[in-house]
Amino acid sequence: MEKAAISATDLTKIYGSRAALSHGSFEVPMGSICGFVGPNGSGKTTTIRMLLGLISPSGGTATVLGESIAHPEKYLPKVGAMIEGPAFYPGLSGRENLKVLAELGGFPLSRVNELLTKVDLAERGGSKFKTYSLGMKQRLGIAAALLPNPELLILDEPTNGLDPSGIQEVRGIIRDLADTGTTVFVSSHILSELEMICEYLVMLREGKVIFSGRTQELLSGQKPLIIAKPEYEVDLAFLAEKLKDAGFKIKIVEGTLHIDAAKEVSATINRMAFEAGITLASINVVLPTLEETFFEMTGENK
Amino acid sequence: MIRVVIAELRKLRRPSLLLGTIATVGGLTALFTSIVFLMIDSESGNGERGERISANELSNPAGLIYGFELVGVFLGIVSLCIFASQTAQEYSLGTLRNLLVRQPSRMKILAGKFVAMKLFALVMVLFAGALSIAISYALAGRAKVDTTSWGTSAAMQLLFENTLNIFISTLCYGAFGMILGLLLRSRISAIAVGVLWNLILENILGALVKSTVKWLPGFNFQNLSSGGGLNSSYKHSLAISLGYLIIGGGLAAILFKRRDVAN
Repeated sequence: MEKAAISATDLTKIYGSRAALSHGSFEVPMGSICGFVGPNGSGKTTTIRMLLGLISPSGGTATVLGESIAHPEKYLPKVGAMIEGPAFYPGLSGRENLKVLAELGGFPLSRVNELLTKVDLAERGGSKFKTYSLGMKQRLGIAAALLPNPELLILDEPTNGLDPSGIQEVRGIIRDLADTGTTVFVSSHILSELEMICEYLVMLREGKVIFSGRTQELLSGQKPLIIAKPEYEVDLAFLAEKLKDAGFKIKIVEGTLHIDAAKEVSATINRMAFEAGITLASINVVLPTLEETFFEMTGENK
Repeated sequence: MIRVVIAELRKLRRPSLLLGTIATVGGLTALFTSIVFLMIDSESGNGERGERISANELSNPAGLIYGFELVGVFLGIVSLCIFASQTAQEYSLGTLRNLLVRQPSRMKILAGKFVAMKLFALVMVLFAGALSIAISYALAGRAKVDTTSWGTSAAMQLLFENTLNIFISTLCYGAFGMILGLLLRSRISAIAVGVLWNLILENILGALVKSTVKWLPGFNFQNLSSGGGLNSSYKHSLAISLGYLIIGGGLAAILFKRRDVAN
């Protein structure tokens, strides 16, 4: 694997008798966009908080941009982060809120207007934070995370509350940053979004890392699905019976047959249908989406 | 740390807090100073705890600062509320995590906050002092108080000492509020506990067991504000106050440094 922006080895956080994260080991390559997924309570936010020096680990080690998380002051000036939704002072305007953080971090105040424009808040920058919609608050949070012109950007659910165009904008921002070499570590519940932008994935379940690696590697390791649709629906049950007799695992879903099999088998299925006198209107090999893989691996229900 | 101070001052000068503080401090100062001069002939008294201060007494150099001295304790309570609220809000709003990501040194955050609030308290005390003096001059004629001695060096010396004492007292109250904010992590709880303790519980405790008065924090902060002599000497109050603040502050600082920021 390439040089790591984040590297965790056996990272553990225990609260009382419960392990929020247990022996988590993973790497996020420098310059990549890495998705961080897992059901609620799987330990994502705890991990992010440890990486940002907000909570101390109960065991294990981790480095961020080559520095140990025991010394967050060495790497945080190069890290932008939005954790668990945007938190700002309600009585201050969006602009003033960003200025507080710019002053605190020693960043030029000129960055504030630049970033407000970038997240489409230039016109409302003077309004109090408490008057913002959820989407605007989220965009301000992203602007705050971008203040240091970060080498590593950590975003926890950045698209929460955003409308489709807002989600698209965030995706654009993340891609633009990745193009300039910024590493982005992003957690999201919208797995289709992550599938579109993430080359790498870290997946958690019940405080354990169950996958860490390339997204493609994860998806290609999953069983494909062959979806066959007879021309006439009356043939559906007959074809299903024939395929079952041949040893295939079949499910009938909305007028189609879902067959768990390798993609090479699609020709055999087509032939079997033809020999039974059934014409197929369509036959497709579908790789499982990240969402389907996620549910499969985490045992979560849709 | 200077960066923390500058950032904190931006929060402190937001209109709702600044104007609210000016209105509260201005109102209290005007009320207490006016009572001294407008109720000069009142049977119920015009001084602290029903004490009667005559026009002759007010004509002395100390007459210049009498109203200001009366409002001193209340400035301390205002300071306690501001320090407690500004500290606890970082937890209740969840903004502490933003601060710590931008400034990972927790001790710098704490020290910077305290310095910024100290400056805010100083401005508040100076404003109250200036307003009290202006009101005293404005009402002196009506109360038939001769103001000749108010311009003397003795009066200036008293004014300086009184301002310093009130400032030290507001810092003690403020630090007490900040400690409560750090320990309780809730604005409402920190302010409620601080105000209840200082204005009610200590008075009840003092009335029940008189000997405790010398050792309670609020009484000693109050004694500093009035320059000593309420129930104990200035030096005693300074030592007791510092003792409370060093122990409480040390405990709160250790907790702040070590505690996980999980909200």
